[in-house]
Amino acid sequence: MSTLLEVSAVSVSFDGFKAINDLSFDINEGELRAIIGPNGAGKTTFMDIITGKTRPDKGKVTWGETNISLLRKTEAQIARLGIGRKFQRPTVFEDQSVFDNLVMALKKDRDPVSALFYKRSTVDIDRVNALAAEINLSSQLQRKSGELSHGQKQWLEIGMLLAQDPRLLLVDEPAAGMTVAERRHTTDILREAATTRAVIVVEHDMDFVRQLDCRVTVLHEGSVLAEGSLDHVTNDPRVIEVYLGR
Amino acid sequence: MRTRSVIYQPHVIVVLSLLVVFTVAIVSFSEAAGGFLSTSLVKTLGMTLCLCLVAIAMDLVWGYTGILSLGHFAFFGLGGYMIGMWLMYARTEQIVIEAAAGAPLPPTPQEIQDAIGTQIFGVVGGSDIPAIWMFAGSLPIQLLLVVLVPGVLALIFGWLAFRSRVTGVYLSILTQALTLALSLYLFQNENGLRGNNGLSGLQIIPGAEDVPQSRISVYFFVASAVALGLGYVLSAWLVSGKFGSIIRGIRDDEARVRFLGYSVEHYKLFVFTLTAVIAGVAGALYYPQAGIINPAEMAPIASIYLAVWVAIGGRGRLYGAVIGAAFVSLLSTWFTGGRAPDINLGFYTIHWVDWWQVLLGLSFVVITVYAPKGIAGIFDVLSRPAKTSARPVKTAEKARAS
Repeated sequence: MSTLLEVSAVSVSFDGFKAINDLSFDINEGELRAIIGPNGAGKTTFMDIITGKTRPDKGKVTWGETNISLLRKTEAQIARLGIGRKFQRPTVFEDQSVFDNLVMALKKDRDPVSALFYKRSTVDIDRVNALAAEINLSSQLQRKSGELSHGQKQWLEIGMLLAQDPRLLLVDEPAAGMTVAERRHTTDILREAATTRAVIVVEHDMDFVRQLDCRVTVLHEGSVLAEGSLDHVTNDPRVIEVYLGR
Repeated sequence: MRTRSVIYQPHVIVVLSLLVVFTVAIVSFSEAAGGFLSTSLVKTLGMTLCLCLVAIAMDLVWGYTGILSLGHFAFFGLGGYMIGMWLMYARTEQIVIEAAAGAPLPPTPQEIQDAIGTQIFGVVGGSDIPAIWMFAGSLPIQLLLVVLVPGVLALIFGWLAFRSRVTGVYLSILTQALTLALSLYLFQNENGLRGNNGLSGLQIIPGAEDVPQSRISVYFFVASAVALGLGYVLSAWLVSGKFGSIIRGIRDDEARVRFLGYSVEHYKLFVFTLTAVIAGVAGALYYPQAGIINPAEMAPIASIYLAVWVAIGGRGRLYGAVIGAAFVSLLSTWFTGGRAPDINLGFYTIHWVDWWQVLLGLSFVVITVYAPKGIAGIFDVLSRPAKTSARPVKTAEKARAS
């Protein structure tokens, strides 16, 4: 399988603090990957770099078959290239219905004029309904998304990501604040998504990562500490030290 | 689901119907039709409609897109200046030609130009017609400028501001600076727009001097009503559907919209420029009814009032802006016109001319704190009982289904 995203020797520092230090990382097409690491390991900054929110001081980030550099691109351009991002705190448009949230995310032309003259086709409506079924929100489509429970908002946001039809999904702590049943469903959604696209999940919760049953990358102090199966990395003495030591 | 045309939306139907009824009523009871409504009242009401239109523009940019522009009255004023240039030039040209008609030798074009220049710019000590007046003799071009000048200014300003991701209070300050700078610039005599004298005599329409003002006021009233109606429908179309979803998304969470792949800057620029154009059109209809425009119209406070109207009326819904602008500006005319009865407290007499602004400021604070939805929020309260009773039924159904 070919490499979809390659991050090589990237560093970034904020006011002298090295948030990311010579980090290299790559992910293949259709791969599911979990990223774990203690607080301050640079997980969120890592995502910020990929999605264009933060510019690294040095290093390269390349994307796709043609190895396009992502460093000079805006957040919106990167999103249009096919990288979708879910934030840690669920961010949906609370003032709008679940349906409208999903329609906004559907993969369509993103310029103002196309949006103005956009007409909902039956294909789009079917797609939204299918997505809603996948994220367990079929009965909630007409509700304002602000009225949803925390877990439902998380799902809606994942649904919006899927609606974008990205080639790579970045998901930041999807299971935070979820009940056991909700977690299980979230795992299913993510594993299902990973059959057709690459997914990176940042997570604190080891049980959740175990359920994902995928390759794990451990970040520590802004660089990769270990990589491999969950059992492999949890047995790594350096990982144990980072998590349990001190 | 919204598949039907925008004009079938309830609020659009209601607002358009009321507008039609109002217009028919005013026209039939106007002085021109032999009614009891004075010409000056018809003009005041026509001007109020223009203020409602610019308030809709403000609501689009602030209430829907979340850009608190405190400079939209600059675009309103520019629209007024652009049409005012034609009104003044064409009228002066006629006067000059009429005056020269009795002369033994017909005047050369140069002499006519000089005479026009002296007539218009004598007041600021000039007689040359400045370059910016080169198209003032042409109504079509000046009408085009009514749209172009505010539009292009907003486009350039917006492009610079949004590209640098200036948001929130910083953007508000920048827009205040824009309108202040423009007003100060226009105050200068040598800038070709007659300094603090502004443009006057705008109520007289060149080529229609014989038409009494009572008729002209009705024409402008109807034109303002039509413009407001069109502006309302256009805005309702903009804010419904996907475009509306996106701009409200930008208002509520700009970053999220960006990560969905939308170039937020393009959307902001689109709305900012479009609303500047709407404001320009509103101004072009307003000032011929007012009869005079001067740089004081573009003072920073004017744009702040605009925001106050929209906040009081209820931002984030179009009829809220209309209600706010109509209600507050008419009330303001009443209070500041000296017609409000003073209140004698024995030890102190409240003169409303002085105290109106205090009252307005207080209501602004009270409304923003206690009724953030503004006057239009009343409609929510009125329709609430039906909504709350519907919800438990839904959940009960769901419980049964699962």
